[in-house]
Amino acid sequence: MNVLEIKNVRKTFGAEVVLSELSLAVPEHTATVLIGASGSGKSTLLRCINLLETIDDGSIFIDGQEISDPAINVDEVRRKLGMVFQSFNLFPHMSVIDNIMLSPVRVHGIAREQARAEALELLSRFGLSDKANQFPDRLSGGQQQRVAIIRSIAVRPRVLMLDEVTSALDPVLVNEVLSIVRDLKADGMTMVLATHEMGFATQVADEVCFLESGRIVERGTAEQVIHNPQRESTQEFLRRVHEAGRL
Amino acid sequence: MSTHESPTHDNVGRASSRDAWNPSQRERERIALRNQIARKRVLVAGLSSLAVLGGLLTVIVSSPGWKVVNKTFFDWNYGATVLHVVAKGILTNIGLTIVASIAIGVVAMCLALARTSRSAAMTPFRILATGYVDIFRGVPLLLVILLVGFGVPALRIKTIPNSVLLLGTVAVVLTYSAYVAEVIRSGILSVHPSQRAAARSLGLSQSQTLRHVVLPQAIKRVIPPLLNDLVALLKDTGLVSILGVIDAVRAGQIEASRTFNYTPYVIAAILFLIITIPLTRYTDRVLLRSISRQNAEGTA
Repeated sequence: MNVLEIKNVRKTFGAEVVLSELSLAVPEHTATVLIGASGSGKSTLLRCINLLETIDDGSIFIDGQEISDPAINVDEVRRKLGMVFQSFNLFPHMSVIDNIMLSPVRVHGIAREQARAEALELLSRFGLSDKANQFPDRLSGGQQQRVAIIRSIAVRPRVLMLDEVTSALDPVLVNEVLSIVRDLKADGMTMVLATHEMGFATQVADEVCFLESGRIVERGTAEQVIHNPQRESTQEFLRRVHEAGRL
Repeated sequence: MSTHESPTHDNVGRASSRDAWNPSQRERERIALRNQIARKRVLVAGLSSLAVLGGLLTVIVSSPGWKVVNKTFFDWNYGATVLHVVAKGILTNIGLTIVASIAIGVVAMCLALARTSRSAAMTPFRILATGYVDIFRGVPLLLVILLVGFGVPALRIKTIPNSVLLLGTVAVVLTYSAYVAEVIRSGILSVHPSQRAAARSLGLSQSQTLRHVVLPQAIKRVIPPLLNDLVALLKDTGLVSILGVIDAVRAGQIEASRTFNYTPYVIAAILFLIITIPLTRYTDRVLLRSISRQNAEGTA
């Protein structure tokens, strides 16, 4: 069963075509990794799935329901989706625990006490118990991003989308964030990730898609796409990533 | 080597008691030079202040009309006798400021929300709010006070009380709501779109996002400019005296016109300053604190 299905999606910003004839199917409990240069459309695709952007053609389905229908209740769709941003986007005026509890309490109608207990459990599972009452500006980038991930999974989304979650981090902090994502993958979370961390992509990806100018030009297992790319542009991209020391 | 140097300098003794560190010869030379430069700066600042302020005072005191001015504006004995009248007047200004600022807060928030909303149903309110702000930000407060104070009673609507104090307050609220609405709106717009994106992607609706994510951050940011507006509001309540409200300005005016001595005006000014100076100092402190906090956020 495909949790997420994307068919022939097209997205333009003015005259610029950002996504074109893009199709993708994400089965339950799998991780799909999007790789490609900046501006290839990875982030835009994630934002389209989340309805933060409106697509210009094609369809997107969650659990078989078309969410690209203009009459759909966007808030209801987003309840099924989790999204983690490159820049964390924690709410600076709320403590860590309040950041995590906001959506369970306000959107999902879970009782405060239960939401608090669940939030504390997630924090302790990912080694952040002592940060529950801190404010985001007291946390390191890696800690902030871990909180952002916990915040997005606190409502048990059907699909978790991660948009270059380690790109804004110090290399030393990258691993503490990636290890959470590995744990979630082991739990069976369905995920779509955009990343430049090829080693990490190899570990978690069930499918790797290489995007170029808004199209998926090569796809397959990590073994195929990252370690044995067929297309010249994929090889060129990976060679550059390798030079940057990220392989 | 440096530890064997004679610990004559103050800094040496203090430092060595803490962490057994003795400044090098070079550092001690630098400290001495810095102290010398600092002393010179204090001397220059003192001399220039004395010259400028002293000069200013000399010009005023030696002016041909100073004797008369001193008697008609700074007659402290007379001032003491009118103090209680003017002080009673300023209570009116304070009361008006408190009542008006509450009303302004409510009206301005509604205007700011109407102007920043994007929903289709709010379109007429958006247009009305924009028009309102354009008009009341563009008309002098004194004119609004005159128009409301003399125009509304002329309508002879029985249900509207003809209290000049009430009408003056309404006029002040009308104008200041437009100013404050713009301040709040700028605060709302200053919250980064990524905060909205994060809230919406958590499933929060448009209005939940506004209430839980955007407004708390926006309000925090506009508190310093709002405190500024509060100081301006207190001063501008003096304008309702034109309708005959007996505030500090009016009370001073009544006394002054009785005796042709203008000391009551100076007393009124001093009373205003007693309230506004601490308030502006406090505003500065809040502003500096919020700036340093924002800078801290930037480095996080």
